[in-house]
Amino acid sequence: MRDITYAQAINEALTYNMEKDPGVFLMGEDIGKYGGIFQVTAGLIDRFGPERVIDTPISEAGFVGAAVGAAMTGMRPVVEIMFLDLTTCAMDMIINQMAKIHYMFGGQVNVPMVLRCPMGTARNAATQHSQSFHAIFVHIPGLLVAAPSTPYDAKGLMNTAILDENPVVFVEHKKLYASKGPVPEEYYTVPFGKAEIKRPGRDITIVATHAMVHRSLTVAEEFAKDGIEIEIVDPRTLRPLDKETILDSVKRTGRLIVADEGQVTCGVASDISAMVAEEAIEYLQAPILRIGSLDTPVPFSTPLEKIFAPDEENVREAINKMKPYL
Amino acid sequence: MSLTDEQLFEMYKTMVTIRSFEEKIVDLNAQGFIPGLVHPYIGQEAVAVGVCANLRKEDYITSTHRGHGHVIAKGAELKYMMAELFGKKTGYCKGKGGSMHISDINIGILGAMGVVGSGIPIGVGAALSSKMRKTGQVTVCFFGDGASNTGAFHEGLNFAAVHRVPAVFICENNLYGISVPQRQHQAIQDISVRATGYAMPGITADGNDVVAVYETSREAIQRARSGEGPTLIEYKTYRWRGHHTGDPNQGRRYRPLEEIQKWMKKCPIKRLEEKLTEKKLLNQAKIKKIHEEIEKEIEEAVSFAKESPFPDPQDIFEDVYVRKGVER
Repeated sequence: MRDITYAQAINEALTYNMEKDPGVFLMGEDIGKYGGIFQVTAGLIDRFGPERVIDTPISEAGFVGAAVGAAMTGMRPVVEIMFLDLTTCAMDMIINQMAKIHYMFGGQVNVPMVLRCPMGTARNAATQHSQSFHAIFVHIPGLLVAAPSTPYDAKGLMNTAILDENPVVFVEHKKLYASKGPVPEEYYTVPFGKAEIKRPGRDITIVATHAMVHRSLTVAEEFAKDGIEIEIVDPRTLRPLDKETILDSVKRTGRLIVADEGQVTCGVASDISAMVAEEAIEYLQAPILRIGSLDTPVPFSTPLEKIFAPDEENVREAINKMKPYL
Repeated sequence: MSLTDEQLFEMYKTMVTIRSFEEKIVDLNAQGFIPGLVHPYIGQEAVAVGVCANLRKEDYITSTHRGHGHVIAKGAELKYMMAELFGKKTGYCKGKGGSMHISDINIGILGAMGVVGSGIPIGVGAALSSKMRKTGQVTVCFFGDGASNTGAFHEGLNFAAVHRVPAVFICENNLYGISVPQRQHQAIQDISVRATGYAMPGITADGNDVVAVYETSREAIQRARSGEGPTLIEYKTYRWRGHHTGDPNQGRRYRPLEEIQKWMKKCPIKRLEEKLTEKKLLNQAKIKKIHEEIEKEIEEAVSFAKESPFPDPQDIFEDVYVRKGVER
């Protein structure tokens, strides 16, 4: 199997679905000739033309709303929001409309669309182009939230997202776009709500998302040398959440760390921790630890940006904190 | 092509249906049968009826919090509307939507959106979709003067103009954004001037004259259908009652009585009634008969709603997600 990047993997899924279904089309800012700010849609305008790869005005509420209307009437739009931060300009369309229409109209109409949102702190983009507040979308009933960490999962989850009849917020991590991994050339899907154990281990469970999966994998290898075996569970979708795989892992290891790049306050890591505390506290041999970004806006300056987002060092610290309970 | 007598007669009946329906639900709301608040369309009937008379069943509309008139004019059935207003399981939205969210997808009602302005970009997307699917459908977005100040309005019109989608934007300027008069919420008098900023035709017309509404919107709908792009039409009109049934004194705190009375004299139904009477198409006996038939239909809708069951508690979990399709 060849290795391709996370960005190429998403591009392949988009290409396949656009070839197969004339209802699938793309909208977003600078996704045409420019290829998207992170080059995810590169080349697609040449292949499918400007009618199906639509460069929109800089007008998030306008084009997210248009995608909702198109999805309600027989199309399957895939919308790129240039930075997750910019979903704030379209929150009414996302939260009050896209997420609610199926329910508030009594199931009469579906809104099968995908909203691609790049999150994560990267390249000194400062506070309005670096946020990881994807937890907001997990909070909203009616939305599905995908969180791929590898090129393989990115392609498989995107294939599932486009087929799904529900609106999907597809949260991509900027720092992963250039990461490479094995991806089959042929079509496949990764189901929603099925976590993957990225590394088996008996001593500590780390539930990790996005880039935190890779950071945790690196650190796990270091601790393996000392005989500490860490299991890494990647939920792959945050809604639906595969509680079963997480709980099963925690019941085996008795220790839990949750690592998500969003802020801990009311965040993904907190919610998963609470779920485990409610459903499996009797199996826990140590306090649960949460890893996330600092509770500040994202700073610009390189040394500040570095300490803002969690990295390998935060994972090491958490594991060391847990050592007395091993 | 001018309107046939039969068309005028149908338009009259639909306007009376809307008026009677709204008067009935105001009562039912006060009596506690209809929970929450309702936003009556009374006084603005000519706009919905004149516009929708030009639409085909498969054409789309987006509506607003003050949407009952639009959906009746588009062909929604009173009994399912009434059941929805009662919060019953047999309603259009199974009791999940209520007054501000009535939709009937089968006849192109893409729903009433309760957030001011939000239906506009959604309607633009439906129009984009019909253009891509080459179906010849037109989308009409209804909204008020208040909505014309939202980002959604400007973003929607801009997108529509750039892509020349088959949409028609119908602004019902009832002169107040809830309680705030137009001169206090925008510096323009004619909202149609905003069309200039998007290089589309902008028209202002009398929203209380159903024939004028029919004719102006007809041209815009034909333009849209033939691929010539969107139009913005502003209809000046007036709501007789308050913003909603909870509005203290039904809007008299912020609107002078003389103004309300002046507009009541311009009643769109009376105006058509006079026209039809002159043409000998209506007389007192016929008017009485039409009203009786409509009252009967509304009473049947009320009985249907009263006799229908409320949703079961477990229904709260239904339709949060579409369950069919991909395995999860």
